[in-house]
Order: sequence, then structure tokens, then C-alpha cells
Amino acid sequence: MHAEHEVLFRDSAAKALLDPQLRANFRRAMDGLITKRRNQFPDPRDLQDLRDLSTTIRSRSLLGLPELLEQFEVNCTKNGIKVHWAETCEQANELILSILRAKNAKTLVKGKSMVSEEMHLNAFLEANGIEALESDLGEYIIQLDGETPSHIIMPAIHKNKDQIARQFSQKIKDAKYTEDVDELTAMARRVLRQKFLDADAGLSGVNFAVAETGTLCLVENEGNGRMSTHVPPLHIAVMGLEKVVATLEDVAPLYAILTRSATGQAVSTYFNMITGPRGEGEKDGPQEVHLVILDNGRSRIYADPQLRATLRCIRCGACMNHCPVYTRVGGHAYEAVYPGPIGKILTPQMEGVGVRHDLIHGSSLCGACGEVCPVEIPIPEILVRLRREATHDDEGSNVAGRGTGRTATEDWAWRLWAGVLKRPALYRLAAWFATRFGKALPAGAPLIKNWTRSRTKPVPARRSLSERMRAEGGKHV
Amino acid sequence: MSEPRTDTHTDARTAILGRLRAADGAGPLPVPDTAVLERRQWPAAERMVRLRKGMEAVHTEFLEATPATWPAVVRAFCDGAGLKNLLYGPTSEAGKALAAAWAPGGTQLMPYDRPVEAFKHELFTGVDAGFTGTVGGVAETGGLLLMPGPDEPRLMSLVPPVHIALLKASTIHDTFWSAVKALGWGRSLPPNALLISGPSKTADIEQTLAYGVHGPKRLIVVLVDDLA
Repeated sequence: MHAEHEVLFRDSAAKALLDPQLRANFRRAMDGLITKRRNQFPDPRDLQDLRDLSTTIRSRSLLGLPELLEQFEVNCTKNGIKVHWAETCEQANELILSILRAKNAKTLVKGKSMVSEEMHLNAFLEANGIEALESDLGEYIIQLDGETPSHIIMPAIHKNKDQIARQFSQKIKDAKYTEDVDELTAMARRVLRQKFLDADAGLSGVNFAVAETGTLCLVENEGNGRMSTHVPPLHIAVMGLEKVVATLEDVAPLYAILTRSATGQAVSTYFNMITGPRGEGEKDGPQEVHLVILDNGRSRIYADPQLRATLRCIRCGACMNHCPVYTRVGGHAYEAVYPGPIGKILTPQMEGVGVRHDLIHGSSLCGACGEVCPVEIPIPEILVRLRREATHDDEGSNVAGRGTGRTATEDWAWRLWAGVLKRPALYRLAAWFATRFGKALPAGAPLIKNWTRSRTKPVPARRSLSERMRAEGGKHV
Repeated sequence: MSEPRTDTHTDARTAILGRLRAADGAGPLPVPDTAVLERRQWPAAERMVRLRKGMEAVHTEFLEATPATWPAVVRAFCDGAGLKNLLYGPTSEAGKALAAAWAPGGTQLMPYDRPVEAFKHELFTGVDAGFTGTVGGVAETGGLLLMPGPDEPRLMSLVPPVHIALLKASTIHDTFWSAVKALGWGRSLPPNALLISGPSKTADIEQTLAYGVHGPKRLIVVLVDDLA
């Protein structure tokens, strides 16, 4: 049965479609990103070779994941990075709180981290009396309005300049109304610089973790990641357990394909490699660096040979930029931390395929996501697999919530269908009725309504194919 | 300090690693084909041109210099831009050379010679520019490689609104990948290493590029032609 309090993508998507401002904001942004990405890959052979290489590196890293994680932990520890493990988001939140409390930290300035969104860390810390401030400009903008990211790379992409101008003039102290992007940026700079200077601790995500050297790699353009990780006396990093690769040489091609796929940049402004806290003789950098490695369902995904490909993801967002569904409904309609195609396969695997059943179906399976994915995750195939998992409790499957998306109505309908098809006489009778009276069925009838809500009602032929065949002397009908 | 590690830590670690190990899928490791990276190669003079083109596209400014003239080039820029002061590392190779050639008057040299805690507020509000060396560059995309440390602290290239970086043309590598190999960064890394391709930027407001959001608003590369 469907879970209670089910969030329906169908409903929120329908609502989003009616918002012309939202649709215009997304359309413009996605068109720009698609063009910029394409310009970064002028040679199709280079692109395919780089995708193959990146896919191989990610697959190989996943094959040796437990060993790499252990090696990574040993080397981090050797470098002075304290490593913590969390099975659930609750555990990870508690760990971070206890690290902050141990240092008596009251303010935390954050670089962009999707894992921290997954943990709903900000709300948890606020509830425990700690100020958690987003410092990525996009994240800062949405935090001012109490919103969640609508894109994993560009969190405030759903807003336009006018909306941000109004918001800044209302919410930033002493701010005057301006629509000039440079002036708006300067306002945020002024506020956030003071926060970096005063913060007791900084938090960041991790784009790549390197086992051989115990290094955390951060990709960014703004410098807020470097500010958050180098200025406060304490740095806490959070990462999903799938992020680790063997060496920095493995990271190089992944980094090359990440920035090109994500924002159409050949390279980001900063690529920050953190291999420890302030070292001997160093005059700055945090005195302590902690790392929280989060599972939250990843080890379960890892156990399935097909679904494991989900964990190859390097979070570039190209799948959402190219998705015809995402482009039209935007990120918030998914009501999930990770929107778009990757979210459609990740969220149901984390939260249960039954709970988010209609997310898996909210796709035309056009295949654009799989085609642009830099690590060749077969997103359409995985969607199809999850559709089955949602309604079947197959032996050997460990998918969260498998079989719970089945409904009595659907079950009953299929049983009826099978019963009719197995009995030729009954089938002929049903076909006769359908062809003669199908037209008379009201479009608003139960079940039929689900189809006719967004489509015209099909009109059955006056005679079925087998009837006509028989009439024309055909055999074996 | 009370250690936040509890029983949950060891339990979580054991449970997670246990689940990962229990999964099948052990098999021959696929071998990466790095040909696509290897074919990105250029002669030294072209590497210099490519790096410059890539970085200029993201608003980095270049000053041309020779091994003999670069301190004067830095000085002329600072005075020309009316910089009040220039933060530098007094024990770094580039810092020592710069200080030796620095005549009194105009822009003041300011040594980063104490822990940041001693002048954090001044660093954020009273420093006009920071000067650092580099350990190399990346031709393919444009980019500088830095190894901040005791001689050149991390925040020098981040907090002041202008970052001036010294780059020797002979240290420019083809790609980030080839640089990592050449510098041995695959085997060992200092507490912080860094690639910088331009001044701090954002496109978070309506995809419109704006520079200087958190870090430096200007990045000036003093490109020393030492290829001859």
C-alpha cells in the first residue's frame, strides 16, 4: 500500500507548470547551461574518451570501496584529520553537534554541501542554538527566504534578479534596492566577510576524497569554500561514503569532466586540496579538521550490482540541465533534496520506492540524462528497474520499500486483465462489449479518469482485429 | 577537549564497512585508458600562450616580465594601482627577492610573519593586496598551482582584494593531470595545495557573472618568460 502522507510529484509538478515566471527562469537558465556545456566538448571523440575514462575510474573506485575507505581513514588520521562515521543523518548531525560543543562553537559558516542538505543540518543546529549560515551566494539567497535548493549546483536558479533585489532590500540591514548584479554581489560580500571573520567553525562538503594521500578536494568558484575551510579555527567536512578514489591522478579527469558538464567551465576558479589542519610552522588554517563519512542508505544501494551505478555520480547536475521534465517544473516540485533525474533514482532508493512511487514514473524515459551523464549512469534503465521494485518483492532484492508501491486497485485491474486473457471465450465477449459500448463509457469514470485527465479518451474500433480477420477468412484467430 | 567519539562511532564504522564488504561484485579491476589526457600536449611556448588565453577569459590580468625585471614589474603595478600595502611571505624565495628589490616609499611591503590570530581583523579590512609565488601552471585550461605553507600562508591568496602571483613560464604543465604526476602530488601532498584560474566569481544571480564575491576581485599574474 502507499504510505500515508505521501508527497505526490504529480501534484507539485502540475502546480509548478502553472507558474510562468518559474518556467521562464528555468528555461533561460537551462538553455544557457546546455549551450555552455556543448561548447566545452567540441570533439565528440574526446568527450566519449573522457566519459569512458571517468566511468572506469568511478567504477573501479566503487569495486574497491571498503579497502579505499579504510586506506583513506588511515591516511587522514595520519595527517591529523579526525574521521567519524555515521550510519544515519541523525547520527551525523549528533556527531557534528558534539564536535561543535566540544569547541564551544556558537556560529558555523558553511560552504556548499548537498550532504548537509540531505542531513537537514541547518535546522538541526538552529534547534540546538547554533547559527548555521550558508555562504555560497546561491545558498545564502535561498536561506534568507527559508527555501531549499532547486538545483544541486545552482541552488537559487529558480529566482530572477528582481526577486533577489527585493529580497536583499528587505532582509539585509542598510541595503538599498538595486537590480545591479555587481552591487547585489557586493552586498552579500560585505555581510559574509564579517561572518567568515567571526565564525567559530566552518563546514564544507567534499567533491573528491583521495585515499592515497588522505586529501579532501573541494571545487568552487566563489572562494567561500576556502573561506569556510581556512579562516575559522575548526573545519568540519561531511561526505557521502561513495566519494573516495584511489589517487589524485584519478581525480584529475573527474575534475575535468565535472566542471565542463556542470557549468560549462573548462576549470573552476578554485580547486582546493586539503590534506590536514594547520601544519608545523603554518600561520593560518584551522587548528582542527574533522570529517564525517555518511552512509544514509548508500551501502544498501552498493549491495545491488545494477543499482550500484547510482553511486558513480559526481553531482554535476548535467542530467537535470538536460531533462525536459526538470526544465519545465523546476527543482522544488520534486520535494526532495536531490531533484531531477539523479534525484529520481537516488531519492526512492534512500527513502523507499513505495513512498516516492510517482517520482519514478514522472519521466518520459527520453534518455537525455543517460546520454549526458559524465560517468554513464544508466538512469533510464535504473528508473525502469525501480518501477518494478516498487510493486514487486522479488527474491534477492534489497531495495528499500520494495513492493510497497502496489495498490489494491492496480492489483485487481491486472488480475482481471489476466483472467480475461486466459479465457478465449471471455476475451471475445469482453472485446465485443468494448468495441460496441466502449465509446459510451464516460471519460470521468474511475480508472479511466487517470488516463483522460491529461489526454483525450481513446475511441475503440467498431470491430476488433480478430473479428475482422475471422470475417475475411483468416486462420488461427 | 572531550573526544566526540563514542561507541556509536565504532559501531557505525564496523556496520558500514561490514555491509560494503558483504556486497559481491569483486572482479578484475577495469584498467583506465588515459590516452585522452596524454594527447593534450603542447610545446613550452604554446603552453604559455594557452594558459594566458584560458585565464584571461575568466578576467585574470597578465604582466610580462623577465627573471631580472619581475620585482620592478610588481612594484610598478602596485604604485600604479595606488595600493597602500602588499602582504608577502618574508621567508619564501619569491618574497625574499621582492623585499630585496623594494625601495622605500609608495606601496608598503607587509610581511605575513605571525599567526593569523594576531592580525585577523587587519587582514580582512586593512590589506590591499597579497603577493605569492606558484609551483606551476596548467596550460590546457589555464590555472596556477600553489602550495601554501609556513612561508606563504593560505590566506594570502584569498583574503586581500587583489592577488598578485608570480609564475615562471618554464613551470607550466600541459594539463592538471600531468602536473599532478610531475609534482608527485599523487603520492604526497602538503596540508593545503591549490589550483586557481582567476579572481573569485559567481553566477548565482540569474546566471550573470560577477567577480569578487568572496575572494580576490582581481588576480594579477606576473608571467616570467624564462624559456630562453
